[in-house]
Amino acid sequence: MYRAEEAALYADYYRNMLRIRYFEDKVMELLAQNLIDGATHLYAGEEAVAVGACAAINQNDYITSTHRGHGHCIAKGANLREMMAEVFGKATGYCKGKGGSMHIADFDQGNLGANGIVGGSLSIATGAGLSVAMRGSKQVVLCFFGDGASNRGCFHESLNMAAIWKLPVVYVCENNLYAMSGPAKTMIPTPDIAPRAAAYNLPWEIVDGMDVLAVREAIRRAVDRARGGGGSTLVECKTYRYYGHSRSDPRVYRTREEENYWRARDPIKLFREKLLSEHLFADAQLDDIEASVQAEIEDAVQFAINSPLPADDQLYEDLFV
Amino acid sequence: MREITFWQAINEALREEMERDPAVFLIGEDIGVYGGAYGATRGLIERFGPERVRDTPISENSIVGVAVGAAMTNMRPVAEIMYVDFLGLAMDQIANQAAKIRYMFGGKASVPMVLRTEGGAGRTLGAHHSQSLEAWLLHVPGIKVVMPATPYDAKGLLKSAIRDDNPVVFIEHKMLYRVKGPVPSGDYAIPFGQAVIRRSGRHVTVVALAAMVHKAMVASEKLATQGIDIEVIDPRTLVPFDLETVAESVKKTGRLVVFQESSLCCGFGSEIARVVGEAAFDYLEAPIKVIGTTVPLPSSPVLEAAALPSEQTLIDAVCEVLEGCSRR
Repeated sequence: MYRAEEAALYADYYRNMLRIRYFEDKVMELLAQNLIDGATHLYAGEEAVAVGACAAINQNDYITSTHRGHGHCIAKGANLREMMAEVFGKATGYCKGKGGSMHIADFDQGNLGANGIVGGSLSIATGAGLSVAMRGSKQVVLCFFGDGASNRGCFHESLNMAAIWKLPVVYVCENNLYAMSGPAKTMIPTPDIAPRAAAYNLPWEIVDGMDVLAVREAIRRAVDRARGGGGSTLVECKTYRYYGHSRSDPRVYRTREEENYWRARDPIKLFREKLLSEHLFADAQLDDIEASVQAEIEDAVQFAINSPLPADDQLYEDLFV
Repeated sequence: MREITFWQAINEALREEMERDPAVFLIGEDIGVYGGAYGATRGLIERFGPERVRDTPISENSIVGVAVGAAMTNMRPVAEIMYVDFLGLAMDQIANQAAKIRYMFGGKASVPMVLRTEGGAGRTLGAHHSQSLEAWLLHVPGIKVVMPATPYDAKGLLKSAIRDDNPVVFIEHKMLYRVKGPVPSGDYAIPFGQAVIRRSGRHVTVVALAAMVHKAMVASEKLATQGIDIEVIDPRTLVPFDLETVAESVKKTGRLVVFQESSLCCGFGSEIARVVGEAAFDYLEAPIKVIGTTVPLPSSPVLEAAALPSEQTLIDAVCEVLEGCSRR
C-alpha cells in the first residue's frame, strides 16, 4: 500500500482511539458532576483493541459488544452525538434512551449491540455467523468478550459450535487481567486464554493489545481465514482498563504500580510516538487531530444536553413488533 | 376433513413454512435423522437437508443464543429445547436477550424466532422430564407464549408463530403428540390472543390448557350426568391472553376454576385469577379456585397419578364453588 494511503488510515486510527479516550474521560467527568447517572464501564486503555480490530473489517461485517462497549461502538463508526445522547438517557440516543451505556447498538454499522450480561453476546455472535454462512453473504462477525466471559459456559458452547460448523466468527478476547475484581491469574489456571481454542480444534493467536497495528494484523489474519471459508479463530489481546470496573470501584484488587506500568504503555501515546518517529506526521498535525476530537466530544455533550428526554408514552413502545 | 396426529400437524406446519420461506430453519438436538424425541421433525432432514434441519450438541444456552443471533440477522430460526425442564439452561438467552433486545435497542432490532419445546406429565418420566414451566415465561415482558391442545390448533398456531416477528415460545404437550384430530391440509394460520370455548355451559367457567383441556372435557361429561354444565375455555395462547372471552364467561357463570397441571403457586392460574378478579369482580358468586401441583413430579405411576390434577380433582373443585354438586 502506498505510504500516503497508509498514513491516511493511521490518522483515522489515531482519531478513533482519541474519540474513545476522550469520550470515556468525558463520561467519567459527567458522572462525577452527576450530570449523568447509571452504570458505565469505561474502555479507556483498551482503545487499540477495538480500533485495530474494526480496522480489519468492513462496514457490513458484524460485531457484538459487551457491557464495556463504548470503544467497540465508536470504532465501528458510531455517531458520537447519538452515543452521548444514549448515555444521557435522551430520546435522540441510539436506543431512544431505553438501552443506556450497557446496551448501545448501531445496526446501520453492523453493531449488533452491547450486552449487560457477561458473555451474553457470545452465542448471539455465533448465530450471526450461522446466518452469514447460511445466506452465503461472505460477511464476518467479530465477537468481543473479556477474560471473565471466557469462564462462562456459553464461551465453550459457542466455540464448539463455531468449530463444528466452521462459522465465519472471529472471537476477540480482551484480556484486561481482571473480570470485575477477579484477577485472571487466580480465576484462570493458565497464563493465557487463547489456547483454550485448541480444545475446539480452532486456531488461536495472542497479540499485544496496546499496539493498534499488531491487533489489526492479527484480526486481519483471522478475518481472511473466516472469509475464505476457513472458520473461526480465537484472538487474545493483552490489554488493560485504566478505570475501575465501573464508577464505584476503588480498584483495591490491583496495585498502582501495575496501573502505572500499563499507563506507560498507553496505546495512543505509543501510536503517536510511532507516527512521529516514522515521520508520517508532524506534532502539529497530531495536535490538530486531538483538538478536533475534543471539539467533537464537546459538540456531542451539547447535543445530548439539548436533546429532549423520552416522553412517558415511549414506555410501551417497541415491546413487540 | 382428514384426521392427523398432533405430531403430524407440527410436522406439516414446519414443512409448509420451510417450503414457503427459505429463511426458516430448524435447530436443536436430535431433530435430524432421529426425527425429534417425539417424532415432530420426522422426515424433514430428508426433504430440506442438514443445514436447514440442524442437529446441535447438547448446548441449550447457545442453541437459543444462536437462534437469537440468526434472527437478528435476517433468518427465521425455529429452535428446539427438547424438554421444557431444560429451559433453565437457556433462560439468559430467552429472558435477557430474546425478550429484551427489541425494546432495549429502541425498536431498531427484532428477533423473529420460535422456540419449540414440550412439557407436561403423564409418562412417569419423573421430576426432570415432566414439568409445565410456562409461568417462567409469562413473568418476562417481550415473549409470546403458545400452548395448543389440538392438532388443528398446533398446525395453525405454529404457522403464526413462525410468521410472527417476535420471539415466540411454543410449548407442546408430550401426552398429546399421538392424539388425532381434524386438520385442514394446506395453509391456514390461527391468530394469537383468541381463546376457544371447547364446551358451552352455564354453571362454572373452567380454564385449562393443553392436556388439561382433554381431562376437563372428560370431567364435563361426568358432571353433565348430574345436570351440571361447565364451560371449558382453552386460551390457546397465554401471551397474548384473551381476557375478554374468559371474563364474559365468568360474568355468565359467576364461578371460575383454573385447572392446571403446573405448579400451583404463581402459575398462569394465579395470573388469570388476578385479571378475571379485576374484570368480573361484581359477577363472582364464589372465590376463584386454582388447581395445580405442589411437589416435584414423582416417577412411580401411582404417585405421578396422585400428584397430577385429574378429572376427579376438577369435579371436586367444581363442587367447592357450586352448591348442589355431588363429587361422585
